[in-house]
Amino acid sequence: MEEERLYTVSVYTENNIGLLNRISAIFQRRHINIESINSSVSEIPHVSRFTIVVKMTETQMKKIIGQITKQIEVIRAFYHTDDEIIYQESCIFKIKSDLLFEDRQIQNIVKESNCRIVTVNREFFVVEKSGRKEEIDQLFEDFNAYGIMQFVRSGRIAVTKEKLKVSQMLNAFNQ
Amino acid sequence: MKKEASQTEIEEVTLSHNQSEPKSTVRISGSEAIVRCLIEEGVDILYGYPGGAIMPVYDELYKFRDKIHHVMTRHEQGATHAAQGFARISGRVGVAIATSGPGATNLITGIADAQIDSTPMVCITGQVASHLLGSDAFQETDIVGISTPVTKWNHQVTKAADIPKVLAKAFYIAKSGRPGPVLIDITKDAQFEEFDFSYEKCTGVRSYIPVPKSDDKAIADAAELINGAKKPFIVWGQGVILGKAEDELKAVIEKAGIPAAWTILGASAIPTAHPLNVGMVGMHGNYGPNVLTNECDVLIAIGMRFDDRVTGNLNSYAKQAKVIHFEIDPAEVDKNVKADVAVLGNAKESLAKLLPLLAKNEHSDWHQRFKDYYTLECEKVINADLHPTKEGLTMGEVLKEINRCSNGDAAIVSDVGQHQMIACRYAEFTTTKSNITSGGLGTMGFALPAAIGAKMAAPEREVVAIIGDGGYQMTIQELGTIFQQKTAVKIVVLNNDFLGMVRQWQQLFFERRYASTEMTNPDFVTIAKGYSIQAKKVTKREELREAVEEMMASKEAYFLEVRVEKEDNVFPMIPTGASVSDMRLE
Repeated sequence: MEEERLYTVSVYTENNIGLLNRISAIFQRRHINIESINSSVSEIPHVSRFTIVVKMTETQMKKIIGQITKQIEVIRAFYHTDDEIIYQESCIFKIKSDLLFEDRQIQNIVKESNCRIVTVNREFFVVEKSGRKEEIDQLFEDFNAYGIMQFVRSGRIAVTKEKLKVSQMLNAFNQ
Repeated sequence: MKKEASQTEIEEVTLSHNQSEPKSTVRISGSEAIVRCLIEEGVDILYGYPGGAIMPVYDELYKFRDKIHHVMTRHEQGATHAAQGFARISGRVGVAIATSGPGATNLITGIADAQIDSTPMVCITGQVASHLLGSDAFQETDIVGISTPVTKWNHQVTKAADIPKVLAKAFYIAKSGRPGPVLIDITKDAQFEEFDFSYEKCTGVRSYIPVPKSDDKAIADAAELINGAKKPFIVWGQGVILGKAEDELKAVIEKAGIPAAWTILGASAIPTAHPLNVGMVGMHGNYGPNVLTNECDVLIAIGMRFDDRVTGNLNSYAKQAKVIHFEIDPAEVDKNVKADVAVLGNAKESLAKLLPLLAKNEHSDWHQRFKDYYTLECEKVINADLHPTKEGLTMGEVLKEINRCSNGDAAIVSDVGQHQMIACRYAEFTTTKSNITSGGLGTMGFALPAAIGAKMAAPEREVVAIIGDGGYQMTIQELGTIFQQKTAVKIVVLNNDFLGMVRQWQQLFFERRYASTEMTNPDFVTIAKGYSIQAKKVTKREELREAVEEMMASKEAYFLEVRVEKEDNVFPMIPTGASVSDMRLE
């Protein structure tokens, strides 16, 4: 049996309503759970970039990339393993302010984890952290021992080490 | 249907536009723009059903009725299948139109069918006014959301000014590359809104590569494999027909002496009688081409996608062979069967480039293997199907009579089930684009409306619909369309009072527990006569020949019911999950 791995899929698309549906349906019909998904602008004007994290075999991944690429408004789709990309996630914690003043350990966690205090008021404080999944998992564990009022984390965003020749394809069309 | 006249007028419209640079504009409503766009795209027939949210467009269709013929089907599903039949026989884009809500959702089966069978179709739906979107308004449904997984492209228009470029793009996408269905949803306010109209055909979309560049190295590699092969075998699919590569395929198989078989949708691309045409692959295909798939040394797949009904168990499919895959859609390469050489591109171009690289060859011993298996199949199956000695009529002998009367010139439109397999196995074809059936989706109810579309696209052709008693009753209301439009289709219902294919499976795999497959049928002849369609029922062998002759000689629509043996089975058969080598002859 071929091994399942975590892949980061980068999809460059036209900025159109409905494309998110079209792309997620490709995973849905194969009963594949998306670990995280992020949609944003890209370096190219009017071109969106989806970053999707999924776990599957490479054979399966290649087939899905083919099916994503063939969607009319998808410009290019790529898949990469973790060692081929630079990636980050970010997260936000909301924690009771009492803890910050009463428990020295919380201050140590904030310092050591390199997270950033976004706001502090009498009731609660908010910290933000960007990093790798494991770092955020660790921070969650550390804070959770004291109690977390709210927690949220973003999907992965990533840039690749190699060049992606998306602009070239678009320029070729214009010529 | 003043077809010739309207076509001439369309050309004039197009010409006048091409001559005027920069383009002149006229101030018209969105709904008039929709009809003008259709005319610009050469549409002279479309199929649909009116309703609230599409009424402004129908009002324009009324005004333009001398240029564009609207056929009102009796159900929106029928409109899509008619558009499919139109597209499949002509190679042109079929057009269906419906209102919002239930009108739009009724299109979905036909759209899904066109998607999986790569049929060029543009569907236009009306939508509630844009300020009502998302409010659960009367007859509002999110048809763009619903149709997303079954369309090649879809789009919602809320501003009249977007109509020309969106419709131009729709036609371009539907017909280019691997064809498919496109749905355009247009809000009612956009239909009423006035704007300055001008039309320009779409020639490209920057994010879409319809035909991937063919690679000369891959073609050379393919030629080398084929030239070195002792037992080469071609399986071609609809890609040959869609790519208009029939002549190129014929030249390739004749020069290299390669036995060639077809998938259900590839049927008719090469005449049935061609000596190197060795029959159909797949679950109920011919015995030789299935079994010998696992003996060939080079398998050359051309414009086909290794559907599971073709391959049977993939783990024991052509494992001994080098596989060459000629394919226009890169997503199909390595999807089901790993290709040793993948030749991307249009089949016509690729085969034309391949031809000069091929060595002349005969492979007569290898070809003989197919003939031997055919002889065996005749003894075990075909003789009993075509020349039965038992009392009950067989579906096969009906096909034999149709072949005899048509000389293979008829287009055969089959529905889904036993009769479909029999029709595809035994229909004799001399002309390409003559086998119109629902292959990938297996949509019962397809044939009657599809035959209407096919006949309208090719009025000079004989169009014979072969339908089972089950599928017939799924779209039987389209008899009304035939009646009103005076469409001269020939309808043959092979009636065994059963959902025959399901019954066959129940017999073979569910110990004859015939759950909900036996049908108490109405008097089909009376129903046809109710629509003033000539009709006859045949129950005995001695009546069959004359009845088929009378039907084929008729200049008008004709309905023929043939009572066939109730519990006949279709053989040979590859049971689900079995290997092509394990095809059963009985």
